[in-house]
Amino acid sequence: MSSVTQEHPHETVARQATADHLNGGYPVIEPGHSFASVTDKISSIVLTRRTPLGWFIGFAMAFAVVQLLMLSIAWLLLNGIGVWGNNVPVGWAFDIINFVWWIGIGHAGTLISAILLLFRQDWRTSINRFAEAMTLFAVACAGIFPALHTGRPWLDYWLFPYPNTMGLWPNFRSPLIWDVFAVSTYGTVSALFWFVGLIPDLATMRDRARHWFTRTAFGLGAMGWRGSARHWHRYETAYLILAGLSTPLVLSVHTIVSFDFAVSIVPGWHATIFPPYFVAGAIYAGFAMVLTLLIPIRRFYGLKDFITMRHIHNCAKVMLATGLIVFYGYVMEAFFAWYSSNRYERAMMYDRITGDYWFLYWLLILCNGIVPQLLWSKRVRENMFVLFGICMFINVGMWLERFMIIVQSLHKDYLVSSWGNYSPRFWDFGMFFGTIGLFVALIFLFIRVLPMISIFEMRTLLPEAKVKEEQPSQV
Amino acid sequence: MPRRHRDEVKSKKLVFIYMVCILCASVAKFVEDRSMSEIVVDNETGPPIFGVIAEFDTTDAVVAAARRSYEEGYRRMDAYSPFPIEELTEALGIKHTRLPLLIFAGGAAGLLGGFFMQYYMTALDYQHNIGGRPLNSWPAFIPVTFETTILLASITAVFGMIMLNGLPQPYHPVFNVPRFELASRDRFFLVIEADDPKFDRDRTTSFLQTLNAREVSDVEA
Repeated sequence: MSSVTQEHPHETVARQATADHLNGGYPVIEPGHSFASVTDKISSIVLTRRTPLGWFIGFAMAFAVVQLLMLSIAWLLLNGIGVWGNNVPVGWAFDIINFVWWIGIGHAGTLISAILLLFRQDWRTSINRFAEAMTLFAVACAGIFPALHTGRPWLDYWLFPYPNTMGLWPNFRSPLIWDVFAVSTYGTVSALFWFVGLIPDLATMRDRARHWFTRTAFGLGAMGWRGSARHWHRYETAYLILAGLSTPLVLSVHTIVSFDFAVSIVPGWHATIFPPYFVAGAIYAGFAMVLTLLIPIRRFYGLKDFITMRHIHNCAKVMLATGLIVFYGYVMEAFFAWYSSNRYERAMMYDRITGDYWFLYWLLILCNGIVPQLLWSKRVRENMFVLFGICMFINVGMWLERFMIIVQSLHKDYLVSSWGNYSPRFWDFGMFFGTIGLFVALIFLFIRVLPMISIFEMRTLLPEAKVKEEQPSQV
Repeated sequence: MPRRHRDEVKSKKLVFIYMVCILCASVAKFVEDRSMSEIVVDNETGPPIFGVIAEFDTTDAVVAAARRSYEEGYRRMDAYSPFPIEELTEALGIKHTRLPLLIFAGGAAGLLGGFFMQYYMTALDYQHNIGGRPLNSWPAFIPVTFETTILLASITAVFGMIMLNGLPQPYHPVFNVPRFELASRDRFFLVIEADDPKFDRDRTTSFLQTLNAREVSDVEA
């Protein structure tokens, strides 16, 4: 029996050597770890290690920016949405740009946790918890914008169909109501998926916690999870089916967000390419945000054993691929405008390239189309500083993309008499930077109070987790 | 009778019924607990126990032990591991769960409920001409129908899993075993429960000791 166990590492090394040939030779988890060391290393960040000074500084800074969000919301509620810069003809501006930007960022989390699970990509394991948390926080930030843009956010429950004394129902032929259902479903399912993934780890934390308060808090979340084989069986079934349900869901959400535009007749919005191009853009932006957060965190928390170069490479490659799809989308938008021979479409495209916002358009092409081409180089993907910089370019670029689509398309449509320009005001920026502060503050809290890497799934990556089939007579 | 008074009477009635229900439930629980403990004491020579637990170091050992115990004829047993092990589930003879069926039912309810909600609201209850489209403009109802399908199926998946697992369950006898906290770290446990027909405290203990267990001990009820 013991001799059988000792053979494991060698075999694994041999197996990994062939498997890693395609991945630049990087494993998904550095060798030398055991169930215990994986558990201790991840749980100690929350339970025993001293909270680094940098955490306090970072959290304080983010929390200060949250106050800006609070102030912006308070000012908005006191004065109405006139404090923002959007006005006819540009009725949608920062509020919708930021909404689409945040929702898009969330998509990478679901892609990593659900779609890569279905494709049995085991590298997802080290980053799925983190990415799902990112999804949840991004959706929370996204939801703030349309909720406030309604003008009377205290009546936002009117968006949902409930029997009311006014005797009317929402208009289900409108993409905006589809959006309400898509985003609220997405938020709910992401939260459920995240929580289900957390249950066994909360039990681990409960069993490792020494202080009565942490033990009780984690114990409440774990609900008495004890790792029973019967429970695991149902758990795995539920988890896999949830992944199967989340996969079409995540594709549907940004599709429906794109319907907000594509179903209308505004030149620059009314395009069939919008759904796939939006979904690719969402994943592109999401992976850029994943790397933006992971690169510093794996460095400061010393998690290079778990988040290896393999993960960085793969994220960069996904970014490159989706970036090319997005770039293809830009090219096709221009091609459609020309090929349609529709004078309004052509005028829109000409205005986009040379009009009032030409600078932003070409900046967008630089950020999203040209800079990411550096990712073809392995040396660039291995240089954390350069990679981080590229991610920042993409974060900015994806925001600019939504600015172009929304503001530039609206500012000149069919009637020359209703042309106009848009410029944001202080409170537009206040809300936007405020949500970034909220997002970062939530991420800081998350890595402090919850295991940021799925412990139980990391255990399954270890070679000793595999059962060697043997005959009962051997025992 | 004035309406206000009637409502008061009604709410008092409800409170009364509620109290009776609680009383009945606690009596039933008390009776059940007493009869349960009697059975366990009758079967055992010592103090009542939940079962016998064996601790293992490796996945191979616990799977082999579970398989042996199943061959030996034990059925009321469970294994505890820090991560899911498919072979362990099979070795314990755990059959398919009905969770997928439940999820399908949830999804079907979401699909029909979502579609007919919109149909009722748009085509029947609040008929409204929007751009000359038909009242039952079903293609426009598909996105919301899709979302409600996913939503209800996912909620069923999560809460179905939790409920079929009997969670939340703050107390379970295995938590009495001091070393059991390692079940969420790096150890594997096999418990043969006392209500298994083949269970015999001494014989089961010595049987488990033959299975490469690191430690075998009683689980207090």
